[in-house]
Amino acid sequence: MGVGIEVNNLNAWYGANHTLQDITLHIPANEATALIGPSGCGKSTFVRCLNRMHETNPIAKVTGEVKVGGEDIYSETSAVEVRRRIGMVFQRPNPFPTMSIYDNVASGLRLNGFRNRRSLDEVVERSLKHAALWDEVKSDLKKKSGASLSGGQQQRLCIARALAVDPEVLLMDEPASALDPVSTAKIEDLIFQLKSQYTIVIVTHNMQQAARVAERTGFFLNGRLVEFDSTHKIFTNPGDKRTEDYITGRFG
Amino acid sequence: MNLRIQEPRAPKSETAEPVGGLVPVAVPAPASGIRSFLQSRGSSAAADSTFRWLMLASALSIFAIVALIATELVTHSELTLSKFGLKFFFGSAWDPVNANFGALPFVYGTLVSSLLALVLAVPLAVGTAIFLTEMCPKALRGILSFLTELLAAIPSVVYGLWGLLIMVPLLRSYVDPILIKLLGWTGLFAAPDFGIGMFAAGVILAIMILPIISSLTREVMTAVPHTQREAVLALGATRWEMIRMGVLRNARIGIVGSIILGLGRALGETMAVAMVIGSSPTIAKSLLAPAATMASVIANEFAEASDDTYRSALIEIGLALFLVTIVVNICARLLVWAVTRGTPAREA
Amino acid sequence: MASQRKISAANRHWRWFTNNLASGLAVLSTILVIAPLVAIFIDLVYKGASSLNFSFFTKLPAPVGETGGGMANAIVGSGVLLVLASAIGVPMGIAAGIYLSEYGRGTKLSNVVRFTADVLNGVPSIVMGISVYALIVVPQKGFSAFAGGVALGIMMIPTVARTTEEMLLMVPLSIREAALGLGVPAWRSVLSITLRTAMPGVITGCMLAFARVAGETAPLLFTALGNDFWSTSLRQPIEALPLQIYVYALGPYDEWHRLAWAGSLVLIVLIVVSVSLVRYVTTRGVLKGAT
Repeated sequence: MGVGIEVNNLNAWYGANHTLQDITLHIPANEATALIGPSGCGKSTFVRCLNRMHETNPIAKVTGEVKVGGEDIYSETSAVEVRRRIGMVFQRPNPFPTMSIYDNVASGLRLNGFRNRRSLDEVVERSLKHAALWDEVKSDLKKKSGASLSGGQQQRLCIARALAVDPEVLLMDEPASALDPVSTAKIEDLIFQLKSQYTIVIVTHNMQQAARVAERTGFFLNGRLVEFDSTHKIFTNPGDKRTEDYITGRFG
Repeated sequence: MNLRIQEPRAPKSETAEPVGGLVPVAVPAPASGIRSFLQSRGSSAAADSTFRWLMLASALSIFAIVALIATELVTHSELTLSKFGLKFFFGSAWDPVNANFGALPFVYGTLVSSLLALVLAVPLAVGTAIFLTEMCPKALRGILSFLTELLAAIPSVVYGLWGLLIMVPLLRSYVDPILIKLLGWTGLFAAPDFGIGMFAAGVILAIMILPIISSLTREVMTAVPHTQREAVLALGATRWEMIRMGVLRNARIGIVGSIILGLGRALGETMAVAMVIGSSPTIAKSLLAPAATMASVIANEFAEASDDTYRSALIEIGLALFLVTIVVNICARLLVWAVTRGTPAREA
Repeated sequence: MASQRKISAANRHWRWFTNNLASGLAVLSTILVIAPLVAIFIDLVYKGASSLNFSFFTKLPAPVGETGGGMANAIVGSGVLLVLASAIGVPMGIAAGIYLSEYGRGTKLSNVVRFTADVLNGVPSIVMGISVYALIVVPQKGFSAFAGGVALGIMMIPTVARTTEEMLLMVPLSIREAALGLGVPAWRSVLSITLRTAMPGVITGCMLAFARVAGETAPLLFTALGNDFWSTSLRQPIEALPLQIYVYALGPYDEWHRLAWAGSLVLIVLIVVSVSLVRYVTTRGVLKGAT
């Protein structure tokens, strides 16, 4: 089951650039939450703060509190442990090129020391089924490399890889923006299925996508969270004028 | 945050066929065993730290190597350093028997042979670079640059073997007599000529430093932006004029850098020179006379150095060689770096 | 008007002339540069190939003046030295390269390290040899294969470090992020993901360094020294192919010269194969599928 995320006064910097300012919100468990906003508004940075990927950049800085399932991930817990609980799917599919499909999915576990062969087989199969990729690759699991799949398949492979470590939260940074419409539809269906199991946060520049898959939506602008509410309200009756301007396409 | 949440529009596939293996029923929850396993793995902070330190230590070993060389050389040339001081490099008498060591013949030999090599190699190397970057048809370029790369990979001792057994007899039979006849009046080419000697060393060195000068010159020439070439061509220049004004002028500094790098290589070249230079610790005006360089005397005489002073003298020559090549290399690298720095950084 | 046209005609002719002269000189230069290479290869094959028989690879050198010996001990000796050198040079070089790319990227320290490595590559190998002589041979009061291996190994480190760094830099950030995002420890990610992705290029870099030290003679002159008999012991002097070639080339006997040519041919074949492989891998795209 997924957990909720509570963000309090999150501020983030890239060097001198104050990328996120005083973000406070509560992401409910077992739901999909979409984050929308124009390019450069900070939504990607925000999501990367949720699994402490933002700090991998040497000039990055973060202050504030992010509680995942009640625990502040910026306290003593190491970033590595945090990232095992929070999975991430990136904008461009990035399967490991030297590994087979099987090895890709198993990598999160294997590289953390998991050895049990039979359990791995089960996990790989289950993850690929979750990611709606099993039927397409089940006969070539160990023969084909991760990079030999199509774009949409690669992204589902990355989702399977992220799911294999059984995260509590799944972060998705514009997961379908590099894909064709058919693959995009498949990914969106996937999110629908996965919601019951995990908490999903999805960054998207596609408002229709947000409307299709998410219960809640947050609108970011210039590093601030302008509005955070149910998707229905955001898209039919937004409270803030800026949100309305964005939704109706006046900018962005 | 307490608004009634309305379910978003259902996706198409809920009523249509499952998409690509999508299982429409609730998937059984994964065993929590994975989560607890991962939790038990700990933070790996210690392993990460140790690993990072190991990598850092290896990187620092590069400094350690330089320090090592410097200390060993200084320590083991102590004897002659204190006995002769700087006069060591100005004394022209190399007399191991009487423990009188003057290294000037070798300094002279190193300088002259390297200069000769540059005089012969630079025009050819730059010419080749011009041909390969500006004139060569694309298909040929790959093969020719591969061949020049091979030239750089041939070991010094093989050059020496070929130089001694093939090139030197050729020089002695065909080239040297012509040089004596035409240029003998300068005093630079005089009989007797045995083939081996300063000139032979200069020629073999030239062949050896050609590839490095050529490939670096090509690199700096390629770094010159196309806009420069186009600007000159637009003024109605011929190809040679375009090369001269649009490319070479801009690549000047880098080319000088690559020449200095070639010089650095020539200064330290040991085996091939040791095999064709004649190993005579003398200074002669004629380039056809046998001579010796700093590197060649170490190679040729170290095994016979029976007493500590003799060895110390040779090691001191090695120390000088070390310092000189480092300085030359630093200057060269700075020049080349200054020019090619403009090339785009790699994608991180 | 007419004189102006004459001047410009003369000028045009002159420019046309210099243009063609320059082109001709450039072509001539290229020919003169390639010619010695071709000559060396032809001579090597012509003089060396016929001696590459079974006894060359299996027999010891014959007593002075006699024919029919081989360079077996030199080949084996080179093998021993190169294994030791690689054992030293490859791990440390790769580790240094990992530091430059993964931990020190953009820092001043790594810039200085990289610069120093390049400068170190330009230090004459005989200087390296004397230093190891002073470091190992003198205290141990004897020449040894160990000293020779150390000398060659130290020479490999800067080359391997630079090529490793270059190859690691080519691994896209997205792959590293994927590994981090999974909660893989940093050290594991560097080794099992980043290094593994760059492996083909890293290996060819090692091969390049290997080929380079395989032909080095000067560092061995006062460390490994050479040995006329079978020896693989690390504590004894050992023979090596380039060393043997050097001695034989300087000797007066035709038999020795014949062997020197054959040995050189073996060396060159080894080197040509390595350089070609490196070219093949790097021009075909080292990181297939990683882009």
